[in-house]
Formats: sequence, structure tokens, C-alpha cells
Amino acid sequence: MPEEARGEAVVIPIGTGGRPGRGTGKARPSSAARNLAPAAQKPAAKKPPAKKPAARRPTGGGPATEPRAEKVADAPPPRVGASGGGPATESGAEKVAHAPPMGGIPVSDWLAAAQGAAAEVFGDDWERRLAELMAFMRRRLEGDYEVDDYGFDRELTERFFMAALRPVAEKWFRLEVRGLENIPAEGGALVVSNHSGTVPLDGLMTMLAVHDHAHRFLRPLGADLVFKMPVVSSLARKSGATLACTEDAERMLSGGELVGVWPEGFKGIGKPFSERYKLQRFGRGGFVSAALRTGVPIIPLSVVGAEEIYPLVGNVPSLARLLGVPYIPITPFFPWLGPLGMVPLPSKWILEFGEPIRTDAYDASEAEDPMLVFNVTDQVRETIQHTLFDLLRERDGVFS
Amino acid sequence: MGRVVLVTGISRDIGRRFARAAAGDPSIERVIGVDVVPPRGDIGDVSFVRADIRNPVIAKVLAKEDVDTVVHMSVIATPGSAGGRGTMKELNVIGSMQLLAACQKSTTVDRLVVKSTTTVYGSSPRDPAMFTEDMGPKRLPSSGYAKDVYEIEGYVRGFARRRPDVDVTMIRAANVIGPHVSSPLTNYFRLPVVPRVLGFDPRLQFLHEDDLLRVLRHAAVTGIPGTFNVAGDGLLTLSQAVRRLGKPSIAMPRFAVGRLGATMRQARLSDFSPEQLGFLTYGRGVDTTRMRTQLGFEPAYSTAEAFADFCREMTSAPLEGVGRA
Repeated sequence: MPEEARGEAVVIPIGTGGRPGRGTGKARPSSAARNLAPAAQKPAAKKPPAKKPAARRPTGGGPATEPRAEKVADAPPPRVGASGGGPATESGAEKVAHAPPMGGIPVSDWLAAAQGAAAEVFGDDWERRLAELMAFMRRRLEGDYEVDDYGFDRELTERFFMAALRPVAEKWFRLEVRGLENIPAEGGALVVSNHSGTVPLDGLMTMLAVHDHAHRFLRPLGADLVFKMPVVSSLARKSGATLACTEDAERMLSGGELVGVWPEGFKGIGKPFSERYKLQRFGRGGFVSAALRTGVPIIPLSVVGAEEIYPLVGNVPSLARLLGVPYIPITPFFPWLGPLGMVPLPSKWILEFGEPIRTDAYDASEAEDPMLVFNVTDQVRETIQHTLFDLLRERDGVFS
Repeated sequence: MGRVVLVTGISRDIGRRFARAAAGDPSIERVIGVDVVPPRGDIGDVSFVRADIRNPVIAKVLAKEDVDTVVHMSVIATPGSAGGRGTMKELNVIGSMQLLAACQKSTTVDRLVVKSTTTVYGSSPRDPAMFTEDMGPKRLPSSGYAKDVYEIEGYVRGFARRRPDVDVTMIRAANVIGPHVSSPLTNYFRLPVVPRVLGFDPRLQFLHEDDLLRVLRHAAVTGIPGTFNVAGDGLLTLSQAVRRLGKPSIAMPRFAVGRLGATMRQARLSDFSPEQLGFLTYGRGVDTTRMRTQLGFEPAYSTAEAFADFCREMTSAPLEGVGRA
């Protein structure tokens, strides 16, 4: 049956209710054709994506292919290569043609449609990938997976979080990553970055960029507010974050992890738009003493573009105090446009990893020297600030 | 010449089993079990002395029996069995103080092993991922078991300072789990539907009951002084544990879980204390490096294996123990 079903995969004239030749050749089917199309056609197109929410749908997956499918019905050489659905057979086309127009589509056609759509979503080796997905789902449901000491769920992060962030990074912010050679392939290192954008999207994008380009997991250190908030806290732990405290930072660094810190904290992320790209105070330099004590290099990271995603023009301090959060952002769009205002502006991002600042020359006991710690902190801060200015001079526009 | 070991809290299952196991150890000559009520099960070669550690009689027992090792494991976690929070505190804190006072006066005791718990570290969003023995709780426990244990640990430290010739070993055990354990946490997992705090997925660490018995015996026999976290390797998240258990769970806001816990406590269905709510919200992890390097102990079960053993018992007798809380 699979052979036959696959053979018919191409000729399913979704949208014409089974009558070939009704296509108008226009991008949109004629109203007559739309009336003919059975209402039940939708599940067939939607079913496979629903099985894997994280899967990236091919652009315009369902509806956009309909008109083409119509044309295919009277032209025998169909788009076999694109869908990988197998060769079309005349008999399949005939069978479809004789079927009654409303709801009379044979079961085998539905199966073929599902198969074709699976191939569309998962690619050519869809059977293997579907099996993998099912195995993944089973493992998740049975709790048969591992988390590390910090609660990091590697499988979930790779298969779900990263997959969900990737289109945002590539299509929306068009991330450009520079200086990847500065990230060591193994061993502990501390990535120090500027923080901006009202919502810590820059952290998520940095994690994705490091994962996709440097093939390592960036383990972010988050404020305790992150771990106090429901949902956010469990997502943060699962994606590899831990609390920004000396104990955890040193434990991770000496464990050979690539750790990310945003020392500006809420001062950086919640600064008004008028102060964009002006670095705030770099905490109390705790990240430097952690790096000194573990002897790992500090990699300065400058992110350009994140400042413009939610231009923060106002704040409601009283409400923020009431809710126990550092600020309530007012952007030109946010409370006014409702949920639409939560869509970040599509600025173009540049991430530049700078040359590592080595700390292994210092003795671990020198971490106790506040002057040295302040000096190194300033050095890191200056490096990031100057790189930011260079990148800003270099870029053509915010959105290009 | 073997050691003479005195075990407190022998009426409880875990104390009785430890005493029996210790009596079988070749380097231990005699085991004396002490409690207010006689043990319910078979105690084998253990001689039972009915004494209340809350009054000075215990000093006489120590002297009369020539006890050289005291294993203190009568700190109880729930008021349920004792009759109330007041009695529980009395038993835990005053009992420990009296026992320590007796040990201080004793000329024969040269080793003290105290079974403590990782609950002393508390659970808060400001906790480091892994607590080491040198760290304390981020916020001092204000009530319940955690407060009792915190105070007892303080008295034990004081005792160690006053009697430097006595080797004091403090075992901070992670949540003990196993087929025979009836604790607030195991009763929680025995509920037909497991309530969870919405939006939080705490990290849990377990110690198998056999490993607890082994580590106490190890400490009593070797007498390595210090404070040690003892837990199985690795961690489980609560959602993972519930899925492995194969039980339905329901996520509720934190206050609703707290309310439900209070109701269940009133109905004597489960002992769901505020500190347990904190634990089930934020979780906890402890570092066990020192357990390996200094104490020289290796748990036989990892966290996941200990939980799997617990699950096996649950699936074979799914309803047994539900009403035992």
C-alpha cells in the first residue's frame, strides 16, 4: 500500500474537491473552485506540523502550494523532486477524478496526503526523522532523560529552545556573528557582554549564536529574579542558566563550561533609549574575581542591534515596585498596541566576540586584590564600549 | 575489642534497621538501642533500653554500658508521629541537648555520629546550584524541621568545640527514599495525583535508604570527623520524577498548593509543611565531593536509581502506604 499511496501523493488536487482542470492558473483559486473544496481539507495539511510544533514549516507550506497542485493535476510530470513524494501515476489521477466532489476522497489519498505533508515538513528522510521525533516524545513523556547539576536539559534545549529561537535570529534579527575564533573550542571561559533591549533577548540570541556557530553551550548566569518567577525559572534552569553568584560561577568555570555574564544587569537592560550603547557600571566586578580564581579567559562580547528592539521611553516605577520587578517598560508601542506592541522591532544585529583577556598569568590569590579586579573590570568594559562605537560607526542603519 | 554503639530513635523503622545492620558488623561488639517506646519490628542482637533522651537518665545508660560510640538519629521530621509540633520540638531539640550533655560528661564516649539533613540549607530562589558543607542557608529557617535541625547542628558544633577529643561526624543526608521509607516526601509521591507548583520545576536529590544505613555505619566504624553532605549522584527534576513514576500530576499556583497541603495536614493525609513547599518550588542540590574525598564513602545508588527502586515498590503495591501518613 505505501507504494501505491506514494504514487498518488502528487495528484491529490487539494482545493478542487477532486476535479482536475478547475484551476484558473492564478495565484488564488477561483471562487467556484474554493466553494468546491471540501471544508475537511484543512486537517490534512495541518496534521503533520501539529505533531512537531518545533519544526520549521517550509515557507507557505500549506495553502500556498494549493494552486500549484491544481496545475499539476493536468500536467503529468509533477513536482516530484520538491516533495519527494514519488512518481505520479495516471491511474491515481483517474481515480481521483471519478471520486465524488464532496468528502469522497478515498482513505488512501488521505494517507498519501499525510505522507506527502510529512515529507514536506521533515524532508526526504522523513520516516527516520519522524521515528526520531516519536522516540523523543516518548522519552520526554517517560522522564527518560538526563539533567546536569544545574538542571540543564541538553536534549530539550537543542531540540526545542534552539529550534524555536533560530528563525527569530536568522529571519527577524539577521544575526551577524564575528570573532568566533575567539571562543575556545573547549575548557572554561567567561563571555562578558553588554546588556540591552528591555527584555533579555540578547542573552537568548547569544546562546543561540554560540550554539550554532561555536558548537558549544553558553551557560548564562541570571539574576535571582529570574529564578523567583514562575515558568521563567524552570525554563532558565532547563536551558542551562544558573544563579549569578560566586559559587555557581566558579563551579561552572572550573567544570570547563562556557559561561555568559551580563554584568550591567537590570541597569543595562532597563536603561532609557536615549542612553543606548552607553555601558552602565559593571556590577561589582564579581565576574572578574571568579575568572581570576579559576584562571579562565574573559571574552568580551559586543552586541549591536538589541538596543533598538524595544525602545524604552518610559517607566512606571510605582507599579514596578508594587509588582517587585525592576521596571515596567513603556515603549512607543507597548501598552498602547497591546500584544502587537510586544513584537520586537526587526533591527539588524551584530555580535562581535573580542580577543580573550587572559587571566591565567595572575595568581588565584590575586583575586583578593580589589585594585586588580577593578582594573580588569575596567579593561573589559572599555573593550566592549569601544567595539560598540566601532560597530555603530560601521553599520549603515538600524534595520538594514 | 569491638565498639559499643548506642543508637537513639530505635523505635522508628530506619533506626531499628540501622541498629540491626550495625549489630551484624564484625567491628561492632554490641549495639544498644534507646527510645521511649519499644521498637515494633525484630531487633535481632540489639539490646533495647527504654529511656527518654530528654532526661538525664541517658547519662547513666552511657556509663553503665560503657558506650564509646553514639549514633544520634532520633531527630524526627514530622509532628505527626510525635503528636504535635510542640512535642516534636521538645523531642528533637531538648532530646539532642540532653544527649549531648550526657556525652560531654561521659568518659567513655569518643565518637559521635549525628544524622542531620540537607533540609538545613533551605530552599530559595537565591540558592547556589550546589551547596557545599561550608555554606549555610540563605535565610535562617523560621519553623519546623529545618529550624530544629539547624539548632541541633549548632549544639553539636558547640559540643565538638568543648570536647575536641571526641570525633564528631555530622551526616547531612539528602531526602531519603526507598521502598520502606515513610517520609513527607515519599508520602507526597504516593498521592494518587501529585500536585506541583505551577511554573517551577525543582531539582531533587535522593539518597537510598540502604545508602543511609551504610553511611551511618561507615561513619560509626571509621570515625572520620567533619560535616558531610551525602546524596546519590545526579539530580532529577520534579517533572521528570513524576513522569518516571507514571502518575498524573496537576500544576497549581503556589498558594493553592500551600492551601492544599494545609488541608491535607489537617485531614492527616499527608504532612505537607511550609518548608516542603519551598523545597518543591525551588529544589536543592548539594555537593558531595567531600563525601568521596574525606569520608571515603560511595553511595551504591544514584539519585535516579534510588528513585527507580522507589518506583518499583510503588508499581508492585500501588496503594500500600497511602494511608500510612
